[in-house]
Amino acid sequence: MGKPSKETMIDFYRRMVRIRRAEEKLMEVFSAGEILGFLHVSIGQEAAPVGVCAHLRDDDYIGTTHRGHGYAIAKGIELKRAMAELFGRRDGYCMGRSGSMHLADLSKGIMGANGIVGGGIPIVAGAGFAAKYKGTDQVAVATFGDGATNQGTFHETLNLASVMNLPVIFLCENNGWAEFSPRPVHAKIENLADRAASYGMPGVIVKNDVIDIYEACGEAVERARKGAGPTLVEVKCDRWYGHYVGDAQKYRGKEKVDEAMAKDCIKEFEARLLKEKILRPADIEKIETDIRSELEEAVNFARQCPYPGPEEMAAGLYV
Amino acid sequence: MKDVRYIFAIKEALEEEMERDESVFLLGEDVGLAGGSFGASRDLFKKFGPRRVVDTPISEASLTSMAAGAASCGLRPVVEIMFMDFVTCAMDSIVNQIAKMRYMFGNQFSMPIVVRMPEGAGLNAGPQHSQCLEAWFAHVPGLKVVMAANPYDVKGLLKSAIRDDNPVVFIENKTLHAMKGQVPEGADHLIPLGKADVKRQGSDVTVVAVSRLVNEALRAAADLEKEGVSVEVVDLMTVQPWDKEAVFNSVGKTHRLVIAHEATKQFGIGAEVAASVAEEILDELDAPVMRVGAPFVPIHYSLEKVYVPGVEDVKKAVRATLQRA
Ligand SMILES: Cc1ncc(C[n+]2csc(CCOP(=O)(O)OP(=O)(O)O)c2C)c(N)n1
Ligand SMILES: [Mg+2]
Repeated sequence: MGKPSKETMIDFYRRMVRIRRAEEKLMEVFSAGEILGFLHVSIGQEAAPVGVCAHLRDDDYIGTTHRGHGYAIAKGIELKRAMAELFGRRDGYCMGRSGSMHLADLSKGIMGANGIVGGGIPIVAGAGFAAKYKGTDQVAVATFGDGATNQGTFHETLNLASVMNLPVIFLCENNGWAEFSPRPVHAKIENLADRAASYGMPGVIVKNDVIDIYEACGEAVERARKGAGPTLVEVKCDRWYGHYVGDAQKYRGKEKVDEAMAKDCIKEFEARLLKEKILRPADIEKIETDIRSELEEAVNFARQCPYPGPEEMAAGLYV
Repeated sequence: MKDVRYIFAIKEALEEEMERDESVFLLGEDVGLAGGSFGASRDLFKKFGPRRVVDTPISEASLTSMAAGAASCGLRPVVEIMFMDFVTCAMDSIVNQIAKMRYMFGNQFSMPIVVRMPEGAGLNAGPQHSQCLEAWFAHVPGLKVVMAANPYDVKGLLKSAIRDDNPVVFIENKTLHAMKGQVPEGADHLIPLGKADVKRQGSDVTVVAVSRLVNEALRAAADLEKEGVSVEVVDLMTVQPWDKEAVFNSVGKTHRLVIAHEATKQFGIGAEVAASVAEEILDELDAPVMRVGAPFVPIHYSLEKVYVPGVEDVKKAVRATLQRA
């Protein structure tokens, strides 16, 4: 795996911006009451999905969490139907049954967001198991937060995947918070990647930088593909908008939040690309305009989709 | 008496019992610094400190069994499970361990533990954040199961649950957390476990209900009164052990029975009540028993309103029992 080309870097930038704008749009329509339930955004954490998904094919798998929009988008979910799902409409990926918290598109290997913290980790390992069983070179990526590493499922699955040599990448986004508990309240160790050692797999720490993540995940994916087993990758990032949209983060204080927001994986990457003349201001404008119209289209599509009818509520519960 | 919200009544119960008994402590995710995800332990961390209001990592299975171990060594843990759906992660703790420890170790110790959890739809939170699973626990010998419909009851029942030497699964309903109601002041407001409460007297039809559906049944009863139908509403309050006598007395008076809960109708607690009535006092019935409950399907994100049973469903069921003379 060589250094990413200029085109690839521009593509990374575009992908990160696309995730950011999509979630900003979600916050907007959520606040307007067009989306119901809970909305957890990953704004500030866009580097990890773009960095890891750059190595994945459509037939590779990824499992996400309540904070999973970024991965779904980076893995190739179509914005229109994703938006329709969040709007609870019939044409959404999950027939309007799931909203944000269970967004899935199996055709793109997106195995589904999970409402149970730690619930998705072993399921993704199962996708890795299936790939190995069938003798393919597919890989599976389990994504989860720092808080999830305290569930038994995390520890059990790392051990299982390790002894079974499964083609899995465990990608932990350590944003320093599990709901309202800061990391020191829920884990004694600062580097959660250290936990990999107990299960005999490499544990890698990367900062919230798309290129660093791209490189670290590249190695992990390569290792998994060639049958050398799983890796735990920890990304050090931050959670900008609280646990859910509407969380005023009083427990954290504005100063700390501002501090976190000052470290922006997109702005930093943008500055670098501008400085290296890989990107021009005019390119940025074009990227923003394109994304804006794509999102408008997605929202308009969602708005005009019908809701499922009551008679469809139980459709397909059993095969 | 003073007017307080349901969630505040829970807080008062916790606070009073912690003041009363040094061995009572709280344990759960975000119960301390954050005061609980729904605010049930607000300010208690400040008052009692981290020794007695214990924040845990996200580890439902182990924290619940840890509470069991502490209970068997003389403490009285009150565990908070953030949403009832997440209690599934602690099923070994509750079903294999907590429910059976006293019995299988030959009654050597008691298991004075309360596991609190909010259930139910209402937030459009989808299939994994909206379930009502009380029937599972009512099916397990060794557990008590309690459900409170209003602030007055929740305070009195929770205090009794904490003082009870048996393990109690204490189920709230999320949509009730904001409900306001009169609650007695002072630390001795206790409501006995195992006793139902006749919330409204009536002579034509008995509606046995729990939790949120009690309030829906009361609304239905008020509406039906205008149609000349007199409905008696019996709130079970304790689902396990349930107050058969109160239910049978009421059915003996009205000869018609509806059972209402938000949980899935199939294999729900209504089935147990109906079966017991059929087994023991069938002759008292003038009409088939009707049940109100959710359809047999996971909870749908955008069709939540259609899914959740409410006042209209209770009215329909009551009318149905009256059509069969
Ligand atoms: C089994 C379970 N317990 C608790 C919760 C409530 N909950 C939802 S997200 C969350 C915090 C998760 O923290 P982390 O894994 O770090 O992910 P982040 O939200 O930071 O992305 C909690 C406690 C849940 N959904 N499932
Ligand atoms: Mg986190």
